[in-house]
Amino acid sequence: MSVLTLSQWQFAITSVYHFFFVPLTLGLSVLTAIMETIYVRSGQEVYKRMAKFWGTLFVINFAMGVVTGIVQEFQFGMNWSEYSRFVGDIFGAPLAIEALLAFFLESTFLGLWLFGWNKLSKGLHALTIWMVALGSNISALWILIANSFMQHPVGYTLEGGRAVMTDFGALIANPYVWTQFPHTVLSGFTTGAFFVAGISAYHLFRKNEEDLFRRSFNLAAVFGIISIFLVILVGHSQAQRMVQLQPMKMAAVEALWESENPASFSLFTVGDEKNLKDRFALRIPYLLSILAYNQPTGEVKGIRNLQAEYEQLYGPGYYVPSVFTAYWTFRIMVGAGFLMLALMALALWYVLKNKPLAGTRLAKWLPFAIALPYLANTTGWILTETGRQPWVVYGVMKTEQAFSPNLTPGMVLTTLILFTVVYGVLMAADIYLLAKYARKVPPEGEEPVFHEAYAE
Amino acid sequence: MNLNEVWFILIAVLYLGFFVLEGFDFGVGILLPFLGKKDEERRVIINTIGPHWDGNEVWLITAGGATFAAFPHWYATLFSGFYLPLFLILLALILRGVAFEFRSKDENPKWRAFWDWAIFGGSLIPALLFGVAFTNIMAGVPIDANMNYVGGFWNLLNPYALIGGLVSLLGFILHGAVFLSLKTDGEMMKRAQDAARKIWLPAMLVLVMFIIATYFFTDVLQQLGINPGPVPIGVFFTMLAAGYFVYTRRSGWAFVMTTLSILFATATIFLILYPRVMVSSLDPAYSLTIYNAASSPYTLRIMSIVALIFVPIVLAYQGWSYWVFRKRITQKQDLHY
Repeated sequence: MSVLTLSQWQFAITSVYHFFFVPLTLGLSVLTAIMETIYVRSGQEVYKRMAKFWGTLFVINFAMGVVTGIVQEFQFGMNWSEYSRFVGDIFGAPLAIEALLAFFLESTFLGLWLFGWNKLSKGLHALTIWMVALGSNISALWILIANSFMQHPVGYTLEGGRAVMTDFGALIANPYVWTQFPHTVLSGFTTGAFFVAGISAYHLFRKNEEDLFRRSFNLAAVFGIISIFLVILVGHSQAQRMVQLQPMKMAAVEALWESENPASFSLFTVGDEKNLKDRFALRIPYLLSILAYNQPTGEVKGIRNLQAEYEQLYGPGYYVPSVFTAYWTFRIMVGAGFLMLALMALALWYVLKNKPLAGTRLAKWLPFAIALPYLANTTGWILTETGRQPWVVYGVMKTEQAFSPNLTPGMVLTTLILFTVVYGVLMAADIYLLAKYARKVPPEGEEPVFHEAYAE
Repeated sequence: MNLNEVWFILIAVLYLGFFVLEGFDFGVGILLPFLGKKDEERRVIINTIGPHWDGNEVWLITAGGATFAAFPHWYATLFSGFYLPLFLILLALILRGVAFEFRSKDENPKWRAFWDWAIFGGSLIPALLFGVAFTNIMAGVPIDANMNYVGGFWNLLNPYALIGGLVSLLGFILHGAVFLSLKTDGEMMKRAQDAARKIWLPAMLVLVMFIIATYFFTDVLQQLGINPGPVPIGVFFTMLAAGYFVYTRRSGWAFVMTTLSILFATATIFLILYPRVMVSSLDPAYSLTIYNAASSPYTLRIMSIVALIFVPIVLAYQGWSYWVFRKRITQKQDLHY
């Protein structure tokens, strides 16, 4: 295998792995902060115990996100040096800002939160977890500003074979950012909500600590239904934007080989990717146009037409991403999304009716539903990144031009294998600890738990 | 002063912050299996850096990000060129960071022993390799006309660079031992002070070896960027002073001296480099400088504004965090880690 292919695999594996941990950080930090705020404002001890219980799980997850994030910061230079040279003038800035604004904030204040229970006043202590939540979400903003440049480059000009920033404001105001960022952050909130609701349901099914877990469940259900509803809403406008900005990705998602007006939505397609045609297809007429433009007519471009158009524009080459990957990741993501909406609606019904969960089917199955947001998060990113191929920066630089010329396949293969092995071991340890602490019933009353370090 | 110079200095400061702060974290991590005999003692040791190690590590991440933003060619050449050593550093930092969080969350002695060794190895490897890397950057490595590193992996592990690696390794262990003696009391404090006494002489010796090697076996002095003048001598004398305070068990002053040592050493490297950021051993014309490796003036201006606003804020709250946790750690407390 070539350095290019191996580097792509390494980037894919390390990024997908990193993003197993990030969404939960985004959501659970906010939920924990809300719990502690309620404790500070109402003085009810149970909310302090909630913050500690969920905070412990948050920290186990957070550590993994942090350490795998270092790899993300460095591997552009390591494996993609030509890319780094080409776009460094633009792409480096949001990364540096992310570190300066977000990483310092979340890591320093997490230290204060963990070790500061008896050092800081109640209010100040609650503020530290809000800072962690703020830091995590600011981090998401800046890395997505960077990623959005790869999806839809703006605010730059080409000068002496490099992309040079001309408008920092345009980089931030990139329309792609303002659908991708809310979609990602809200997905994180949804992940946090399912995590809390699922584990609470596990305990409520068994009648463990019903007060603590019922309050957690109620909070997660309300937080979750709002989040997943907004994820779907934003996802819809994101797809509409994709029709405009990345028509090839949309065509691949719909396995739409030829332009159509009105365009049909694929219910089930078995495609022949080599010849860019259907083997079998079941399509709903008009629906894609309706989804794309909120009206029954409107052209959605097809893969063959776009390929011809891009050959005119960018010269000879193959401009079609993996249709199979785009088609199925999209459907898994959307399917998981609507399933989550249904589950959260059901959970909310239990909340509003104040019905007990002990022994219910919902409480039995909800812990397994924790997998759903992870499935959607992962497939969503695979779609976003593979659907952009063959470009690393859409329409500007191809992935095959981006890798580091000084590396050998042996070097990258070595690091790829070792990363995968170490990440695998760490994943096992992480899941082991999360499962252990999630099952643990928090003891009654003021307990000497792990966060009491530095007590005087 | 133009913005290219500002960013050169800022990146030097970020590495300095990283070496001073994460330096003692590394030292503490390396000393962990030797000074902590019982589990409770090990927990005390880890908890001395508990609230800080993560924030300290961000100095490195920010240095990487700042290099990318201000000098993309430096970022590209350095990280692709030093691919395998950097990979080892990353792997070490990953295992170490997770280890802090995971080790005390399970009672099984094998589980804890495994993570303790991860903390040890994960601290030792970067402490060594950062010295190796910066010695190579300063002494020069084969970089071609296209700014690509064309040497192999073993090229980086030359004897001179390895001595540089030992300097940082032993220096950080000393720095960590002194830090530990400041943050603990009783028996543990005494053990840390004894460790500092033991490590000081070897640390001093490799430093002297490194200075001799620099004068007699390399052409570093023939190709100075800026003559660092008395700054390298500062490294030597602060290390000497550190030894004095270590032997008289005055840990506060010893810590000031090891910190100054790291400051002077980092300053020396960056002075020798300036205005280059990576020295080519093939042809001086191929060296990367703060001009040919830089981002556009516009990007540098934007980044300067951001840094001007946020660096002081970061320093303020990180400083506050050290103030909050200024007390010594004892076994009588409940420990998070």
